[in-house]
Parts: sequence; C-alpha cells; structure tokens
Amino acid sequence: MSRGPLASLAGREARLVLRSGTDAWIALAFAAIAGGMFPLGIGPEPNLLLRIGPGVLTVVALLAALLTLDRLFQGDFDDGSLDQLALGGVALELVCAVKMLTHWAVAGAPLALAGPVLALAFGLPVESLGVVVLALLLATLALSLIGGIGAALTLGARRGGALLVVLILPLMVPCLVFAAGAIDAAVQGLAVTSHLLLLAAIVVVALALAPITAAAALRQALGA
Amino acid sequence: MSDQAGLEVAELGCRRGGRRVLLDVTFAVPRGGALVVTGPNGAGKSTLLRVLAGLCPPSEGRLAIAGNVLAEDPSAYRARVGLLGHDSAIKLTETPAEALRFWTGYAGGRSTASPSDALAAVGLLELAGLPCRHLSAGQRRRLALARLMVRGADLWLLDEPAVGLDADGLTRLGAVLARHRATGGMVVATTHVEFGLGGEPHLTLGPASLDGLAA
Repeated sequence: MSRGPLASLAGREARLVLRSGTDAWIALAFAAIAGGMFPLGIGPEPNLLLRIGPGVLTVVALLAALLTLDRLFQGDFDDGSLDQLALGGVALELVCAVKMLTHWAVAGAPLALAGPVLALAFGLPVESLGVVVLALLLATLALSLIGGIGAALTLGARRGGALLVVLILPLMVPCLVFAAGAIDAAVQGLAVTSHLLLLAAIVVVALALAPITAAAALRQALGA
Repeated sequence: MSDQAGLEVAELGCRRGGRRVLLDVTFAVPRGGALVVTGPNGAGKSTLLRVLAGLCPPSEGRLAIAGNVLAEDPSAYRARVGLLGHDSAIKLTETPAEALRFWTGYAGGRSTASPSDALAAVGLLELAGLPCRHLSAGQRRRLALARLMVRGADLWLLDEPAVGLDADGLTRLGAVLARHRATGGMVVATTHVEFGLGGEPHLTLGPASLDGLAA
C-alpha cells in the first residue's frame, strides 16, 4: 500500500497533532470554556444572549483555531524537518497547502462541528444550527489558510505566537463579519445565502493565494 | 549524456546577513565520487552544504546536479538532494518505522531502499516500533541516516555525520556510503572523523573565504 507524497504528508500531520497530547483537544476545550463564560457572566438575559450569540460564537471559534496555528511550521522549522520537506520533489506550495488544510481538518472543522452545542447555550434556535456549522466551517478554513501565511512569516521570531495573533486577527475581520452575519440572519429567519457566498469567496481566494505566499515566506526563513 | 554528469559547482559565493561567508568555491564531484569539506569552526562548512542543498540561495556562481541547474529549475535540483544536517529532524512521538514509511511515501516512488532495509543497514531494526523519544543521540543519528537512504537522492550532503556514532555506527555509515556511491550516488561531507572517506579529495575552507573581499 503506497500513498502519494501529499497523502503521506497529510497522514503524518494528522498523526503528529493527534499524538501531541494537548494540541488535539486544547482548541475545543478553550472554545467550550471561553464561550461558556459569556452566558455565565451575563446571566439569564435570553434576548441579550441571542443578540450577541452569533458574534461571540464566531470570535471564540476563530480564537480557538488560532491557538494551535503557531505550531503549523514552527516545530518542523526547529527540528530541521522543514529542510527535509523542502528537499525532495514536492513543491513547497503544496506542502503549505497540505499543512494548512490538515490544520483545518484537525482544529477548525471539529470546532465548527461542536459549534451547535455552544449555540444552544446562547439560546440560538435549532433551525439555525445548520448555518452555524456551515459558517464556522468556512470561517475556520479561511483562518487556517490566511493564518498559515502569518505562521510562515513569524517563523524564527521571538514571541512568534503573540505576533501571529496581532498580525492575523485584523485580517480575519471580513470573515468574522460575514460568518456572524450569516448566523445572525439565520436566527432572525432571513436569507443567509449572500453572507455564506461572500465567505466562500474569501476562502476560494485564500485557497489560491495563501499556499504560494506562505511558501515564499518559508523559503526566506530557510535561507536566512 | 547529461545524466552522467555529477555535481558541478562553479565560482560559488554566498553572503549572509551582509557578511561574505563563501567566495569563489569551485569543484566537481563525479558520479560515484565523494568530497570531504574541512576547515576551522566558522569557515562556512555548514553554509556551503545548505547552499549546495538549494536551501540557502547563493549570491553568485553556478550549481548543477546531473545537468539540472539550480537557478533554472530549483525544484528539479532540490529533488536530487538529500541532507543530513545538525538537526536530526526526528519527531519524538513517531516510531522509526512510521517516520521512514512517511519519508518513503514523501519520496513518491524515488526510494531506492525500503524502510526495513534502511533500518537493518543502520542497525535499528529491533527498535523500529519504539517511539523516537526513547532513542539515544547516536540512535537518532542512525535514523537520520536511514531516512537519507529511503529518499532516493543522488547527492548526499552530510554535516558531521559521525557525531554521536559509536564504532559500529561508523562502520555502518561507511558501508551505507559505499553502497550509495556504488550505485552512482555522490557524497559531500564535512567531518573530522575517518569513516571511509579518508582517501577522497578534500576541499579546505579557510578564514580567507570569510574575510576576503568584504565588499
């Protein structure tokens, strides 16, 4: 049973994350705790919770996915694995794409799938839960792609993780607006298609450009 | 036939952080050949290997393996290079068998040795299923050597490959290098220890290449 280079890489990335102990579940735990603190702190105000729910849900999901993003290239850079990945016949752009998509699969997608649990804590109607999942899937995918550029740029920088957050979060504002907007529209029974399509458009552009940009940043880091 | 050509290095220079590290390095390694790079600490040996790997861009000069010129087609050039650097590039949670299976898959059919062959050649077969965090420094070095074997590269760049190896490890390193060269592979190594490359041509990098022509 022989797999291609990219399938091998995806399998390795997932295996390393799942074996790393905290990395596998820390994002989910963070989202549950941070998201759960809002209803506790605000108290039994159903209308207020319903009003802020979509925004809080999206912000918490993005922050949680961001928690493990600084590890995307750092571990491989520190132990020399990135040198090894850059050699051999696989283009660095494809390596970046696979790593970003694997980050989404193990960090972002589980958050999106767990989103409805948190949504119910804010009192969001059951009819809106499908849109919650869809909007969070797209928003976390955009984060893994755009944030991956930041992870590559901050390689080798001291306090790279904090720098990454400051660099990337402003870029995530459009995603936040459209994802929270889609969930909000679903809660109010309005049309959600335009929000989701705009979110998907961001993802498509990021899918095309982020691996190329991140690969260029990695080459700089390797050659320095 | 250009595929018979080995490694060609002409008038290679490199600057890092505004400082000249390499100047006018010229040599060739034929198929099946080897070159030992020597020089004092800080002479640029490791930098030379990273430049030869295509990881660190040269500021001038020409690099080609089997007719593939780095400047013209970097990925075709890098595909022919294997590097054994200072960092072992080993994941502590993986087992040697898993690591080699991954790198074999990553080599995409270019592999010339199977993971079990490679583990046997470096004497790690009994430890194939043990997480790498339990391996000693010398055993990790052996695993890095085994990875080089499964990646199917023509040119092996070895940065102090003997560090951490015991007498048995050195013998195995010599045998692995001999096998690689017998199939037309090339070796460029920095080393202070004898493991079968003693009779090969030497390239000495001196402080001169460091200081010369700082402009």
